[in-house]
Amino acid sequence: MTEDAYISIRNVDKYFGKFQAVDDVTIDIGQGEFFSLLGSSGCGKTTLLRMLAGFENPTHGEIYIDGQPMSDVPPHHRPVNMVFQNYAIFPHLNVRDNIAYGLRKHKLPKAKRYEMVDEMLDLIKLPDYGDRRANELSGGQRQRIALARALILRPKVLLLDEPLGALDKQLREQMQLELRQLQRTVGITFVFVTHDQEEALTLSDRIAVMSEGRVLQLDTPSGLYERPHSRQVASFIGTMNFFEASVKGVQGEKVDISVRGLGDIAARTTGQSLAEGEKVQVAVRPEKFVLTADQPGTPSSSVPGIVETSAYLGERSHFFIRLEGLDQTVAVSAQNSAGTQAFGDGSKPVWLSWTEDSLVLLPPE
Amino acid sequence: MSEQSIHTSVPAELAPPGKVGRLSRLMHRSERARGYGLIAPALTFMLCAILLPFAILVVMSFWTATGFDFDTSFSLENYKQALERPIYAALLERSLWMSGIATVAAVVLCYPMAYFVAFHVHRHKMFWIILMTLPFWTSYLLRVFAWKVVLGYEGVINSFLISVGLIEEPLEVLLYSQSAVIITLAHAWAAFAILPMYVSLEKIDRSLLEAATDLGDGPVMRFLRVTLPLSLPGVISASLLIFIPTTGDYITPALLGGPDGAMIGNLIQKMFGPINNWPMGATLSILLMLCISVICVLFILLTLFVRRRIS
Repeated sequence: MTEDAYISIRNVDKYFGKFQAVDDVTIDIGQGEFFSLLGSSGCGKTTLLRMLAGFENPTHGEIYIDGQPMSDVPPHHRPVNMVFQNYAIFPHLNVRDNIAYGLRKHKLPKAKRYEMVDEMLDLIKLPDYGDRRANELSGGQRQRIALARALILRPKVLLLDEPLGALDKQLREQMQLELRQLQRTVGITFVFVTHDQEEALTLSDRIAVMSEGRVLQLDTPSGLYERPHSRQVASFIGTMNFFEASVKGVQGEKVDISVRGLGDIAARTTGQSLAEGEKVQVAVRPEKFVLTADQPGTPSSSVPGIVETSAYLGERSHFFIRLEGLDQTVAVSAQNSAGTQAFGDGSKPVWLSWTEDSLVLLPPE
Repeated sequence: MSEQSIHTSVPAELAPPGKVGRLSRLMHRSERARGYGLIAPALTFMLCAILLPFAILVVMSFWTATGFDFDTSFSLENYKQALERPIYAALLERSLWMSGIATVAAVVLCYPMAYFVAFHVHRHKMFWIILMTLPFWTSYLLRVFAWKVVLGYEGVINSFLISVGLIEEPLEVLLYSQSAVIITLAHAWAAFAILPMYVSLEKIDRSLLEAATDLGDGPVMRFLRVTLPLSLPGVISASLLIFIPTTGDYITPALLGGPDGAMIGNLIQKMFGPINNWPMGATLSILLMLCISVICVLFILLTLFVRRRIS
């Protein structure tokens, strides 16, 4: 266990019968961190969250929160609270009693409890909603009340199970901002489960990308986006172009590679050791390519191509470019300017160029 | 395909759009009309089979019996008698008391069963529910007779107690007593307790229970603060479903009650039968109905109040 880890998940396995939902996961989460578990449905992220909450127990391994092993601690004694996917607002109680629900244990006088609830209602910007019943609330309001109900108990860790999944896009983006702000205000460790990569990138300090019960990569948002370790991570987060390549020569960090569609080019390794003749994949983000009408001055890092289709998105345009010797088209995203309109018609060849930094070398599939 | 052939392929009986009948247009426009249309058969039946007899009963309760005939002039004599003569009030009170106990017993005993199937049975729930309703596949009368066999002088319980040496002589209190009636009523109506309670327990969102746990409630507090309040509709309907019909029941007390276990239903039956005082029978029926209504309203108010208090 590292020194500053607040939550420490050690070699945790979880089986449901013969099905392995979580496979040897080890994660350390720092205090006050906004940590996201990202993955498609069935990847084990919710199971992992439920193990933190105590609704499931690890088959093997141990979870520590604030240095305490959690195996024998039932959910109602853990220093964590959860915001459920469907919010789980008690239908038989009004908003005030929903938020005050967990305060029963604190043995406070009623007036004090309601005072705390009113403070919470102010914090979530729903004052005067105390007497409403659950069925009179919109999705966004329910979400905030679920949040308030958990936060009023001042948990050490707040667990959030896709809390924004049921909201429409606009409300979602607004709630993302509010959530992030709230987390900074209260300074509680957030563990956030989502399948929405954009949401994870926007909100998180660090993200664990999960698939089939395993953590594929644990990194900061920019780390995941700029330096993915595998094709799976690279394609899960944002759009990525992949090219097959083989290594021609290695000189320290610098490698010469022969890339299908891009030709013989220079690239740089990101730590991995490569040998001559080894197969690799080159991954390039669509916005890292530069499109020009004329051949740029760097012939070693540019190729000509034909725009096959294009999509105008207002601020940006997406181009799908056919290169010689390549089956699939290459996606390029460019800021719209006076010149970019001309690329769209596909009548003239365009030039695709890149810098060494924008190439990510990945192990072959 | 030519345009001509497309035209001829439309079936002739399909009316062209815009020429819809008046009735179907009304049905389409007004949701209320559709609603009334749907309940019309049931409503007609209710009017004929319930309201009409009820009206007759009300009218009849203001008649009086004179010898073998009825005096059909309006009179409050029956109500006066019913309130004055202690036998009626005593029987009514006993009936309400006995079926009240039977109701409580059935609900309290069936709640755990419903809870078990709703929360702890994950496969073949239907099978379990069918198993629990199995006793109801035989007729009510047979079930009552079965209890007679169990509780009788030489019945199952007595012979068991004698054979293990706990008693010398058979217990006489088992049969022909109030407790025999209460036991039988509670058992005979158990399915009506299990099913509504099962449905309301089954409907409870499991994440609400997890939320309660997450917010610091142990199993007992969680049950009292979430499960029980949310299953109260089932408890209420189960109680009413048992209490209302058992109060007026006359088969069970007639067969198992003896003199001590007679209920108001037996008297009403006798009024309409051997005594041939139909107006008095009608009066007693209506008084019984009024009592049940008042008790049910009080009961519902009480449960709602309790629900507010515990949560």
